[in-house]
Amino acid sequence: MTEVLGVLLIAVLLALVVWFVGAPLRRPSAATERPSDARRALEAAKEAKYSEIRDAELDYRTGKLSDEDFRAIDRQLRAEAVEILHALDELR
Amino acid sequence: MNPARKRQVRLIVSLTLALALGGGLIYTSFSAADPALSPTQLLAKARPGVSYELTGTVVAGSVRHLGDGVLDFRLADRAGGGPSVPVSYSGAVPDPFRVGRELIVTVNKSGEGFVGQPNSMITKCPSKYVAAPNPKST
Amino acid sequence: MAVVGRAALILALITSLFGIGASLYGARQGRRDWIDAGRRSVYALVAILTVAIAVLEIAFISNDFAYNTVANNSSLTTPLVYRAAAMWGSQEGSLLLWVWLLSIWSSLAVFLTRNRLREVVPYAVAVLLGFGTFFTSLLVFFATPFATTAPAPLNGVGLDPLLRNPAMIIHPPMLYSGYTFFTIPFAFAVGALITRRVDAEWIGVARRFALASWLFLGIGVLLGARWAYYEIGWGGYWGWDPVENAALMPWLISTAFLHSIMIQEKRGMLKIWNASLVLGASTLAIFGTFLVRSGVLQSIHAFGASTLGVPFVSLIALMTGGSIYLVVSRRDVLRSEHRLDSLFSREAAFMLNNIVLVGLCFVIFWGTIFPLISEAVTGTTASVGPPWFDRYTVPLALVLVLLSGIGPVIPWRRATLANARRNFALPLGLALAMLIASYTVVPISSSAPTVILFCCVAFVFGSIGQEFWRGWRVRRATSSDSPATALVSMVRRNQRRYGGYIVHLGIATLFIGVAASATFQHTHYVNLSRGQSDTVGGFTFTNERPTAAIVDDPSGTGALLTLGVYLRVSRDGRYVTTEHPTAEYYPDASGAEGPVGSLIGGDAVSELALDSTWRRDISAAINAVPLQASLQTEINYANSSVTAKALAGNPTLPYILLAIIAHNYLQHPPPAPLKLASSPLVMWLWLGALIVLFGGIVAIWPPPGAVRGRVRARYLARVAREVGRA
Repeated sequence: MTEVLGVLLIAVLLALVVWFVGAPLRRPSAATERPSDARRALEAAKEAKYSEIRDAELDYRTGKLSDEDFRAIDRQLRAEAVEILHALDELR
Repeated sequence: MNPARKRQVRLIVSLTLALALGGGLIYTSFSAADPALSPTQLLAKARPGVSYELTGTVVAGSVRHLGDGVLDFRLADRAGGGPSVPVSYSGAVPDPFRVGRELIVTVNKSGEGFVGQPNSMITKCPSKYVAAPNPKST
Repeated sequence: MAVVGRAALILALITSLFGIGASLYGARQGRRDWIDAGRRSVYALVAILTVAIAVLEIAFISNDFAYNTVANNSSLTTPLVYRAAAMWGSQEGSLLLWVWLLSIWSSLAVFLTRNRLREVVPYAVAVLLGFGTFFTSLLVFFATPFATTAPAPLNGVGLDPLLRNPAMIIHPPMLYSGYTFFTIPFAFAVGALITRRVDAEWIGVARRFALASWLFLGIGVLLGARWAYYEIGWGGYWGWDPVENAALMPWLISTAFLHSIMIQEKRGMLKIWNASLVLGASTLAIFGTFLVRSGVLQSIHAFGASTLGVPFVSLIALMTGGSIYLVVSRRDVLRSEHRLDSLFSREAAFMLNNIVLVGLCFVIFWGTIFPLISEAVTGTTASVGPPWFDRYTVPLALVLVLLSGIGPVIPWRRATLANARRNFALPLGLALAMLIASYTVVPISSSAPTVILFCCVAFVFGSIGQEFWRGWRVRRATSSDSPATALVSMVRRNQRRYGGYIVHLGIATLFIGVAASATFQHTHYVNLSRGQSDTVGGFTFTNERPTAAIVDDPSGTGALLTLGVYLRVSRDGRYVTTEHPTAEYYPDASGAEGPVGSLIGGDAVSELALDSTWRRDISAAINAVPLQASLQTEINYANSSVTAKALAGNPTLPYILLAIIAHNYLQHPPPAPLKLASSPLVMWLWLGALIVLFGGIVAIWPPPGAVRGRVRARYLARVAREVGRA
């Protein structure tokens, strides 16, 4: 009896797996789609740049950056952030 | 010195340092190591005054607990058969110590037998990963 | 039902292979549907393996001895909770646990990146399923947990008593979670290198996964150390045993990565180095998994020789070769954007930290595989012991602790004398104060390394404390928060930074415990008769009276006879505590020791009696084997009294005779063979571990979304102003 139950269980498991894994393949929608990673990459770069700007400010306020070093770094980071924003705008 | 040259110098200095330290480490490890021998090897090579790590299996019927916490037993090669080495050991005996168990103990040659250094015995966790015959039902 | 388990494993193997094919095909052809099918294979794998593991666990819990694994690792008298844990006490069971955990963490990784890194994820999925394929192949072809014997035996051999410890329930799953989690940064690094997408997005993902693996593996290692501390045979929380080293090495490399990745984020440097660290850490994790179960090295933990050596070595070779190829062929995308400006800068401090960590890893690696090397070079297997390891790791560890105090406060790019004065005055002052204290109030001056370490720790506390103080003041100045709220919000806004600082504090605390307990512990091995005393490290242990319990099983692990002794501990005449170490004896199924002897002829386990305070640990343990030996004469006599006829008339006769022997033990106890020890400041080790854990969680916890939104808006406005101006 347990043998039959076991075989039944395997059959059900197999069916479920095939159905679940194959679901995307049964979609009628467009198959070819180049992933639009450029936007994602720029968004991530933007977030990272903002983090760095904040970090630099905190470093300056806690004494790990001198006045002139901070101004130089801050200016540069903001310029780089602006570039990223420009690039994002162009993508739109 | 221009920055590029400075960096080159730094790189060379650090690499040399790393190699020297690494080399020193490797060199000293050979002299600092205790040779690990099986009973057969030990009987062939042992000299008095040198410490050896003896690895072997406890021979059935050889275990004797003498007074004063001295433990006498014999170790044979893991593969079984072959000569066995008598060891006289005092000190802490790890819990898994049994006949047929594999253990490591640091010994020195003393006359015809070997004396184990106190508290140097290590037994190995009994191996359950080797295919074992099914235990007989009680 | 074993057939369900076996079929599930085969289905898992097929699904993994399909997933690899689907992901790679989808990536090459740009087809989302095939990529999604590949991702779904990972999810499906979790379900399939859960079925397999459930079948095995049910077999263990219900004592189904038809399964060879159950018969070899469990028995009727093994308590329920240890029956469940026994599943991973065997090679095949632990492999199944490994691959099940791998599938779970892979699913988590795939889920978290479902909308990101679209180019990289298919390759990462393929690599993760590649690992899945490897381990399920091992389970299907080499070490199946579902082999059965008919007719089923009536009882099993039982779980090794040494493993009947609560730590057995949690240490392997935790450690395996750590090991398996390392495959994720590896997979994403490989994927990123293949697609040449080694940019900010990848860094963010890689960093978080590396932090999670670091955290899990760290917990696994610390749990192992805690368990080793309680197990007599291990002789302490760390013995440089190969399995301990195997887990530590990937952890050290990933610590290095977590630091140097910051340099890559800030200055675009060290890209090749970082990629190599990620790949190396994961390869070491697989190497560690291999070491522990291959029997290649002598270890207390040895699982014995197995047939899995060749497959594992092949996998490690493939990982190493593949990594080297990828890094070399993609070195154009891994070019540094900047160079090191000054040796006195945070970049330099982080690089030094990396060098020290990699150096530590090398020392440990060399010492661990030395037996193999000496065999190859000299023909004799030789091994290096703890003194050799200590000689090289202690100085490196001291440098590391010092750096953990310098790193947080030293500026980027270049440090000037002015800001050095500002930043290092307080920490140096504290270090100096500690130096003076070591020669006056704190009794550690006999050991120079300990004094140096304590000074370094004071330095670390000074610099980290200073960082918290200054950051808090900034927060108070720029917001209207109350003092307490300011502290919390400061941390919440910079979880990576302050989490990291907390980890540094934790490491420093941990090392206080390590240094003090390793340098100043006292251990005596003595035989104490009833009424006798011995003094260890100022504490006097007196043997008050013996205890014996039969069938009662006070520790709940299935022991038949538990012998113990009450020890009264006093110091300078004042009572401190009473300790009750015990020795537990288990039955031997083979019957080789005679009818009475076999009742306690199985492995013995000594239970440590421990009294811990913040100042010191004092412990006592019974040497179980000699104690049992002192009962041997009585046991032999009892054995001879149990004739077949007597047994037929009274089946419980052996138990009765054992009870008499126990009673005699109480009346005329032999001298107790004891190991007595006192170690200062051990609790600080565990406290430091908890602080490290807390810091790691703070660092990895997702930052509050609201903060992100607000901050983003504010900076968007300010940057927009720049754009307007430009």
